Amino acid sequence: MRRSATSYWIGFSVILALLAVAPLVLPEFWRRFVTEILIWGLLAMSSDILIGYTGMISFGHSVFFGLGMYGAAAALLWAKPANLWLALLFGLAAAAAVAVFVAYFATRLRDIYFSITTLVFSQIFYVIIFTWTEVTGGENGLTFSRPALAIPGLFSVPFTTETLHWFVLAVVTISFLTIRRVTQSPFGMVLQAIRENEPRARAIGYAVERYKIVAVMLSGLFAGLAGILYAIQNKFAAPDCVFVLVSGEVVIFNVMGGIGTLVGPIAGAAFFLLLREGLSRYFTEYYLIPVGIIFTAMVIFMPQGLLGFARRRLNQ
Amino acid sequence: MGLPLEQILIQTINGLVNGMILALVASGLTLIFGIMDVVNFAHGELVMLGAFTGATTLAVTGNFWLALVVATLVIALFGAVLQVTTLRALLGSGSRTPQEVALTTILATFGISLVLQKYALWQWGPSARKLQEPITGQFTLFYLQYPWYRIATALLSAAIIGALYLFLKYGKYGIWIRAAIQDRVMAQAMGIPVPLLHTAVFAIGAGMAAASGVLFGPLAGVTQTIGADFTLRAFIVVVVGGMGNLGGSILASIFISLLEAYASLIVSPAQAVIFSFVALILTLLFRPTGLFVPTPK
Repeated sequence: MRRSATSYWIGFSVILALLAVAPLVLPEFWRRFVTEILIWGLLAMSSDILIGYTGMISFGHSVFFGLGMYGAAAALLWAKPANLWLALLFGLAAAAAVAVFVAYFATRLRDIYFSITTLVFSQIFYVIIFTWTEVTGGENGLTFSRPALAIPGLFSVPFTTETLHWFVLAVVTISFLTIRRVTQSPFGMVLQAIRENEPRARAIGYAVERYKIVAVMLSGLFAGLAGILYAIQNKFAAPDCVFVLVSGEVVIFNVMGGIGTLVGPIAGAAFFLLLREGLSRYFTEYYLIPVGIIFTAMVIFMPQGLLGFARRRLNQ
Repeated sequence: MGLPLEQILIQTINGLVNGMILALVASGLTLIFGIMDVVNFAHGELVMLGAFTGATTLAVTGNFWLALVVATLVIALFGAVLQVTTLRALLGSGSRTPQEVALTTILATFGISLVLQKYALWQWGPSARKLQEPITGQFTLFYLQYPWYRIATALLSAAIIGALYLFLKYGKYGIWIRAAIQDRVMAQAMGIPVPLLHTAVFAIGAGMAAASGVLFGPLAGVTQTIGADFTLRAFIVVVVGGMGNLGGSILASIFISLLEAYASLIVSPAQAVIFSFVALILTLLFRPTGLFVPTPK
């Protein structure tokens, strides 16, 4: 036990160090790429709380992601000069608000009904954002300038590709450690009990609905955080990011990497984005044909995902 | 605000026509769910593929009714192949719990839907295709000319669903299907080839989806994105009508389509969808077994 824990943290430190030096050695294009993997990885990891640990497949994670994004956009457009921490605050508040709403309704339902409800919620918010042009910019979305990396009274530097990468890396690392701690806490154990056998968890005396609501909200908050990071990286908020396709990609990340591992979804995001990058050179916009075939084959033949076999080593 | 009565009546007819096309899609979806617990995320893509196959056949032969039959048969065969190659492996192994089967089949059909959608884009291109309607006559309905084709569509859809009903009620294989829906294990024990039935039901559902795609073709342009729209609407209908319940799905199709038709009198058609979303959520909260089914004991 001791030894495996030591090797876990050694592996963790090595990967963290590699990710930290990545922007110093990689060419410009790949620097951005690695940052993007981390952001999508955070989104995938947030949905793993639901898919992998509670056994609820969310097909609506784009809502939380998108609301985080539009919340950050609102703060960045409203406050002059643009303030990074205000963007974080607004984004998280927006994601949390919608997470409460979705959690209240969706957690009363199980299995496929939960999946369909989350899917429908993401469509509702997509239609609202798409058609409410005066506030959300409609189809064109919102563009804004990137805030400076600043701690009031201490320092203020504009984001470069490197500092943005380190900022994202820091946020994702802290999130990972937090989510990991949560899933190993008694609360996380109850979630896993619900996944394994919901009637039994209820019979033992756990307020299953309350646990589910907290799980959805937690998941929504971290998804919103990923949305904020994405907004800061790309300097725009677009309705496309709220569309159900993004939710679908999140599920793909999870399945490819291995659900219920936290590290898996990040690896899945990296694998998917690399596949897309590599295949779109040959298949242009049709890259989803081979990716979809690979995904379907993985569902059938490799249901535990890329990291499934390494689960115990990585996450115990 | 005073809506003119004529507009309400026109929207009622529109809603009924759309409802019948949707019922054709939804009854296949609900049948597939009823017999094998598979929520087919690719069902709308089968509608879309059917519409494109119909458009291609129509362009070659020039006969709409032939195109309808060809598209139905081709997509039914395609559905059977799809079921055998992907879903059968997931359904077959008895080691999985029903929840795991539901999960993996959702994911697998979702993957298939991505592939089919992009395949259609690659094969038929991004521009919309409009099928030439076989019946061009119109009749006067208040202040506008209403095409007979729309009425014919509704009647034809009703006839197909009626045929399905009679087949399930009196046909030998229909009785097998109903037996397998009721109790899979017992049906197998009585010597009914359940895996074969699964494939057959998937093929029937796919064929009906394709037929509704061809019928829908002349009403609006066919693009590779209509599939996702049909999937979502069919989901709503199937849940509102009660999962696996054929009669409920048909009533729910009409209910949802009428709701959207009336809603688009007040708000823009893009926002009218929200009304059916709300209907779905209310149904799930207050009557999760479905609106049009007797209360379970």
